[in-house]
Amino acid sequence: MQDLISIRDLSKKDVESFLSEAAKMEKLIGTPGSELLKGKVIANMFFEPSTRTNMSFQAATKRLGAKIMTFYPSTSSVAKGETLADTIRMIDGYADAMVLRHPMEGAARFAADLAKHPVINAGDGGNQHPTQTLIDLYTIKKIKGKISGLSVSLLGDLKHARAMRSLLYGLSMFGAKITLVAPEALRMDQDILQECKGKFGAKVSQTQEIRLSGCDVLYACRIQKERFSDKYEAEKMQKEFRIDLELLAGAPKNMAILHPLPKVDEIPAEVDSDPRAKYFEQAANGVPVRMAVLHRCIKG
Amino acid sequence: MPLNVQKINEGTVIDHIPAGAGSRVLQILSSSYPLSGMAALIMNAPSKKLGRKDIVKMEGVYVEEKTANRIALIAPKATMNIIKGGRVVDKHNVEMPHALSGILICPNPNCVTNFERAQTTFLEEGSLLRCRHCERAFKPDELA
Repeated sequence: MQDLISIRDLSKKDVESFLSEAAKMEKLIGTPGSELLKGKVIANMFFEPSTRTNMSFQAATKRLGAKIMTFYPSTSSVAKGETLADTIRMIDGYADAMVLRHPMEGAARFAADLAKHPVINAGDGGNQHPTQTLIDLYTIKKIKGKISGLSVSLLGDLKHARAMRSLLYGLSMFGAKITLVAPEALRMDQDILQECKGKFGAKVSQTQEIRLSGCDVLYACRIQKERFSDKYEAEKMQKEFRIDLELLAGAPKNMAILHPLPKVDEIPAEVDSDPRAKYFEQAANGVPVRMAVLHRCIKG
Repeated sequence: MPLNVQKINEGTVIDHIPAGAGSRVLQILSSSYPLSGMAALIMNAPSKKLGRKDIVKMEGVYVEEKTANRIALIAPKATMNIIKGGRVVDKHNVEMPHALSGILICPNPNCVTNFERAQTTFLEEGSLLRCRHCERAFKPDELA
């Protein structure tokens, strides 16, 4: 049994192993052989809103033949002031693994220190989203056949988006050439950049202009308006970093557009039918990847 | 004109503190030990090693490792002189530890350690210290 808290805890070999396990899971979906966790109970604990992460963990649990137990913070004793520590200790007694999303950074690590059963981080504040990174890497590898040497542009709110922070680390681990495209105020934190350069010799450049020539993968994320005090400023930035068909006209024909979703204004609906838009395929990959994570964390 | 500061018979003299950081060292010491004897802060003294330095003398206090580790965050080249019977019986440099547990507060206001009863741990990464929980990296003097 093991926890999955941060992409920073994994080696390249660990990540490759998760990706190959996910490929096997994808083939198993819908077959009787997929019920690898029959008899197990998984607790889904989402203290923040979620559609894809929550639903795909539920789907993955059910595809593996396990039962899911959903925790609702607003109707639980959390609403009465129960601490996260007590909530974790209690649910640890009910379930074989916990999937935790929480607004506090470090909440999953804190929970894993308390729980006897595996804890899987489904997002902790602006820190980490390791299963999203595995999905992103899996999708890139599936579409492009490799990750190493690809030119990947990460675009949007790189300061607040945990998916981007995790992904930068994952891409650096695999030797992708990374361009960070963000307004000055939403640039990636220097500490993670320095870490990726120091540990992996990552090739990372930063710009405020969207240039798509030679780009293999364009990975966009929304401006996280909920983290801005000035909503007007957030709207303004969103408009500047919009990916529309006009912008895509000059982009490579084989470029893949990814997004962790939800997308709001940054990618208009007209782009959804562009063959380069791969974000719904990426979201679907959430199921086999999270099946691999659940299986590995519970069965070892 | 030389400045004369009374010697101490029992206690600790912390030398080679970067000029300007002495008051923070004194602050760390007074938060760890109740002030029972004399304490002195000498500021901006000439130093061959640092150019200018601060010195802190504290009577009746022998600084423990936990406190010395905190001092190392803001004065990494400081020297601890242990005084007994008016003589220096031990002299050593403070050392930046590889991990600091339970003695610092994480400056990230959204770190779980600022909400729940969790012991903080900071792990050394080159010139930075990274919070084990929120994974943010800080300069040592941001943590002191």
